[in-house]
Amino acid sequence: MKPLALSAFTASSCLGRGLDPTLAALEAGRTGLKPCAFETVTLETFVGEVAGVDEERLPAGFAEFECRNNRLAHLGLRQDGFEEAVRAAAARLGRARIGVWLGTSTSGILETELAYRRRAPGTGALPGDFRYRGAHNTFSVAAFVQRALGLEGPAAVISSACSSSAKVFASARRAIEAGLVDAAVVGGVDSLCLTTLYGFHSLQLVARTPCRPFDAERDGLSIGEAAAFALLEPADQKLTAPAVLLLGTGESSDAWHMSAPHPEGRGAGAAMRQALAAASLDAGEIDYINFHGTGTASNDAAEARAVAAVLGTSVPGSSTKGATGHTLGAAGALEAVICALALRQGLLPGGVNTSSLDPQLPVNYVRESRHARLDAVMSNSFGFGGSNCSLVLGKAG
Amino acid sequence: MSAPLTAWVEGVGVLGPGLRNWPNASAVLAGGAPYEVSPTSIPALECLPPAERRRTGKVVRLALAVGLEATAREGTERATLPAVFSSSGGDGENLHEICQVLASADRQISPTRFHNSVHNASSGYWGIATGATAPSNALCAYDASFAAGLLEALVQARIDETAVLLIAYDADYPQPIRSVRPIPDAFGVALLLTPAARPHSLARLTVQLCAAPPERLPDAQLEALRAQIPAARSLPLLRRLARSEAGAAMIEYQERQSLHIEVSPCH
Repeated sequence: MKPLALSAFTASSCLGRGLDPTLAALEAGRTGLKPCAFETVTLETFVGEVAGVDEERLPAGFAEFECRNNRLAHLGLRQDGFEEAVRAAAARLGRARIGVWLGTSTSGILETELAYRRRAPGTGALPGDFRYRGAHNTFSVAAFVQRALGLEGPAAVISSACSSSAKVFASARRAIEAGLVDAAVVGGVDSLCLTTLYGFHSLQLVARTPCRPFDAERDGLSIGEAAAFALLEPADQKLTAPAVLLLGTGESSDAWHMSAPHPEGRGAGAAMRQALAAASLDAGEIDYINFHGTGTASNDAAEARAVAAVLGTSVPGSSTKGATGHTLGAAGALEAVICALALRQGLLPGGVNTSSLDPQLPVNYVRESRHARLDAVMSNSFGFGGSNCSLVLGKAG
Repeated sequence: MSAPLTAWVEGVGVLGPGLRNWPNASAVLAGGAPYEVSPTSIPALECLPPAERRRTGKVVRLALAVGLEATAREGTERATLPAVFSSSGGDGENLHEICQVLASADRQISPTRFHNSVHNASSGYWGIATGATAPSNALCAYDASFAAGLLEALVQARIDETAVLLIAYDADYPQPIRSVRPIPDAFGVALLLTPAARPHSLARLTVQLCAAPPERLPDAQLEALRAQIPAARSLPLLRRLARSEAGAAMIEYQERQSLHIEVSPCH
C-alpha cells in the first residue's frame, strides 16, 4: 500500500489528557488503573477511568449528542492541537474531502442503561429527555466528531468489538487510495458502561487486580476508556522529520467462536502477515510489537503463538493494557497512537503489572521501558466475533 | 460529484415485510406481482451448529439468510469472500434484555447475551457458519447505513481487487426503545459485488456522492417501507436491478448527500 502520514495524532486515557502525560506515564512505567468506583458498579475490579469526563462540556448547539462517550470524544479532540490541525487540513483540502472513520463498541449505551432505571412505573416508557440517535446509537460518535470538526465528507462507525478502531485505519487508507477522500480523521472512542463491566464479568474474564498481560498468574482484563485520533494524509508531500507513517494494515476473521480466539491464533497470524505484506516489510524488520495482550489466559496464549509463528520469538513486545486497561473499541486507535509516540520518541514501552512472565508464552516481553531506535512497529487488535486487525507503523526517512 | 466507484452485482439476497427472497422481491419491484405487506418471515438457520443456532437472535438469522441467498450460486467461495456488514442498530431485542437486567437489582447479564451484543455479532456467526476467514467489517451510519456499507464494499472491491459481499440489515426494537426508534419490521439486503464483469453479472454499478435528495418509489407501500427501515433505503437500487433498467438510482446517504448509482444491466 501507499504509506500515509499521521499528520496529527492524540490520545486521552486514564494515563492523562493528550500525549505529554501519556508519554510520561509510559516512560515511568506507571499504570492508570484504579479500584472501580464507576457509577453504581459494585464489582471488585480495577478500571482505567478518564478523569473529568462528566465535567466536559459539549459546544453550544450539540445538546442532542450529550452522553459520556461524546463528552470523552470532545475531551480527546481538544488535546495536542488536533482539532486545529484538522481545521487547517479542511481549509486546504475542502470540508467534503476529509472522511471520518471511528471505532466504538458501546457508543453511548450508558445513557440507555440509565434511562432504563428511570422507566415510568406502569407503562415502562423511557424518560422524555432520552435521545436515542445522538446519545445511544452506534454512529453517534462519528456524527458528533464530524460536526464538531466542521467536516462534510463520508463518515462511518466501525464497530467490530475490540478491533474496531484498528480497522478504521484500514478502511480510511482504502478510501484515500480509491480517491473517495483526500484525508481522513480516524480514531476510537469507548467509555465505561455497565454492559461491558458486567458483561466481561459474566464471561469470567475480568481480573480482580490490575490486569497482568503475559503473566503466569494472569487472570483477566481490566476495562478502560479512551479517545484517540489521528489525521491520515498521503505521505507524498515533503514530510518534516520525525513524521510517523501508516505502512500496512491487515484484517482477517477467525471463523471459530464468538468470544474466544482461535487457540493457535490462526486469524491473528493471517492479519499480521497481511499487514507485513502491505508494508513490504520482512518479519525481521519489526522493531517492536504492541500486543493486543488483554491479560486473559486464552488471548495471550493464542496471540503469543501467532506472533512467534509470524515474527519469531525475539522481537521485543509489550501490552500497554496494564497501564491503560482494555479500552475495547478505542484500543486499536489508542495503541496505534502509543506506537506513533514510541516511534517519534524512540521509546520501547514496557508492559506494567506483569511480574512473573508465563514461561509457556514464546515472546520477548519487555517489562521496563527503554529508549531504542525504532523504525517500524506493529500493533495488534483482536475482537469478539473473531475480528482481527494488525497495523504496521514506521518512521519517515 | 466525487470520482466514481464501479463494481458489478453478481448476486442479490432480500428479506423484508412481504418480500420472501430476491426472485419474489424482484417480481414485486418489477411490477409483475402485487406487493402484499405481511410480517417479515426469517427462515431457521441450517448452516450453524445446533449450539450456535440456539444462541442467535432474529437479527443474525436475517443477516445470514440474505448473505446466503446472494452467494447461493454454485462456485461462489464463501470461505474466501470478504464481507461488509452494515446495520443502523444491531440486535434490539438483545439490547433490551441487557438493559432490563442492568436496571434490576442483580445485574447478572447472561454471557451469551453479552457476546451477542457486539455490533459485529452477525459477522462473527457468518464466519462460524461459512468458515469465512477473509476480512469482515461491521459498520453503522444510522439511517445511511446501507449507503455507507455500499461505499465501503465498493472501495474494498477496487483497492483489494476482490469480490465483496455487502449485507445490510435492520430489525425492529421492542418497547420501550421502539417508541424512540420506530422501525416497524425487519429488512435485510445482500449484494455480491465484483471488481470486474463476470459471466453471471447482473449489472454494473457506477457510484458517486452527489448533493441531490434521495429517490422515492412510485408505489406508496414500498415507499413507506423504504422510508421506515434504514436497510430498505436500498429499494430504488433493487428496483432498477429487478427491472433490468438502465438509469440512475438515488440512494439516501448523509445529510445533504445521496449516492448517485448508475445502473447498467449486463443482459
